Amino acid sequence: MASSGIDEIVLANATTDLAEYEAAGGYQALAKARTMTTAELTEELMASELRGRGGAFFPTGRKWSFVPSKEQLPKPHYLVVNADESEPGSFKDNEILSRVPHRFIEGCLITARTVECSNVFVYIRGEYSGPYEILVGALEELRDRPDIRGDVTIVVHRGAGAYICGEETALLESLEGERGQPRSKPPFPAISGLYAAPTVVNNVETIATVAPVIAMGGAEYAKLGVPNTRGTRVVSISGNVANGGNYEIEAGMSLRDMIYGLGGGIPGGRELKAVVPGGSSTVILTRDEIDVGYDFDSLGALRTAMGSAGVIVLDDRCCIVQLGIRFAEFYEHESCGKCTPCREGTRWLTAILRKLEDGRASQADLDLVLDVCDRINGKCLCPLGDSDAIIVASYVAKFREEFQAHIDQGGCPYGGSSSLDHVLAPVAMHAHSPAENVLEAARG
Amino acid sequence: MTETLYERIQEERAKYPPDSRSAVMPALRLAQDEYGWLSPEALREVADALEVTPAFCKSIASFYDQFHLAPVGEHLVEVCTNVSCAVVGAQQVVEAFERELGCRAGETSPDGRATLRTVECLGGCGWATIVSLDHHYRTHVKPEDVPGIVEELRGE
Repeated sequence: MASSGIDEIVLANATTDLAEYEAAGGYQALAKARTMTTAELTEELMASELRGRGGAFFPTGRKWSFVPSKEQLPKPHYLVVNADESEPGSFKDNEILSRVPHRFIEGCLITARTVECSNVFVYIRGEYSGPYEILVGALEELRDRPDIRGDVTIVVHRGAGAYICGEETALLESLEGERGQPRSKPPFPAISGLYAAPTVVNNVETIATVAPVIAMGGAEYAKLGVPNTRGTRVVSISGNVANGGNYEIEAGMSLRDMIYGLGGGIPGGRELKAVVPGGSSTVILTRDEIDVGYDFDSLGALRTAMGSAGVIVLDDRCCIVQLGIRFAEFYEHESCGKCTPCREGTRWLTAILRKLEDGRASQADLDLVLDVCDRINGKCLCPLGDSDAIIVASYVAKFREEFQAHIDQGGCPYGGSSSLDHVLAPVAMHAHSPAENVLEAARG
Repeated sequence: MTETLYERIQEERAKYPPDSRSAVMPALRLAQDEYGWLSPEALREVADALEVTPAFCKSIASFYDQFHLAPVGEHLVEVCTNVSCAVVGAQQVVEAFERELGCRAGETSPDGRATLRTVECLGGCGWATIVSLDHHYRTHVKPEDVPGIVEELRGE
């Protein structure tokens, strides 16, 4: 991983070895935390202005403060760490778990102390065998170290391939042994989460930032970054860039510098066309919108977000309708099927976009795309369908001429030369449902 | 039923509260590792070990992409074709595997050695194209790397 020119906080002194981690000051933040009260710890996190790194950007200290005390609600408390990183474009948690597992575990132990819990569950996506083995190995090293572990048990629970389980209530359902379908909120997990008990759900990067915050002090951490986005972020840069990878940046760095500095620019002498700034579910930015700070307020002014910090760079060979199809297929595949607008709408979006791409669409179909988006957005229990609707609508809004050209020319203006041409989506392999077979037979 | 699978499922159960069904996913994973796929018999074994119904186990297994409800090859080759991998040539990697293995994506090679499939984002976007070989990632895979990878699978 190349340096972004700042002192790394989350990824500093990378090691999977306990002795090396301790030699570099590891687990000293935990020792310090044990001299502090839970109220002081929460206060320290509030002072750091740390906000959740999973995508929703909720203030971490405030989230912790919502958990009732043991006197108020005498039930076991749980800490659940969301390591189900599945957002297309994001692979930062993969890097954090693989390179600094002990900093992550130290964060788990400090957080557990703060929210008065002795059972931690780490829900890691099933595909991450590598990070899983590293994390389990690191926990194994702590087996003979009760001085570090205290009375906390950390269980690593593996997912099995479902994007929806990154949504916190779907994750809790999955962890309880059910299908990963979101719950209606309220009640929020802080009151009634895992096994109907008070539960804090935090992202891997958030937890990996806790130990450094306690070590350096919240006020010191808050000196980094810009207002409303303090500290550092581990950003994932991918797509048409020379040096794809994860980089820890100080919040507020310009997106242009991230792409052309850290990412090394666009290879092959191509031009930049667009950037997906925070994982597939964030509103797209055109090449003219990259002189923007990578922080909550600056991106918010462009009506987009940092999301889970997955920056996908697209060069001028990318057909935007095909981009819409590929992401729409993803959301269609990953819709859990619970809410009708999402289950049906994501499927219709793919179908209409494909009609456009194939040159079978009329002018009315372009309006129909936006109409379907409107009928999904805000009408479901979780934001999965909303994401599909919002991004597709943003593609139409920002690249309307390209959509129009598909109608006017009766097909794709790229004529087979787009970088996303004929990509085989997994969804194509899930068309063999029994219902389809019956319908096929009925058609004769 | 093999004693060890039953015992290992009980070990998983012990990690969760006694009245919960949380061990169903780890148990299905153990059974799949044992048999290669989740046959009706395998689902019944898991159900018996967890004291739930086979139908419940199947309802969980069918929700998640990593559980196989049909037989697969000895090896599993999964190519990410989400956007970050696709824009740098994932489709060409898929096609190279199709040529080398002699089967289409979604199928098992005629010699039964490997099942090839395309999958959604594997979380290695900056190191595209990502290919997961028996659940371990190969990064920066190019079409010209594919013959060597397939030879490796055949050689084992």
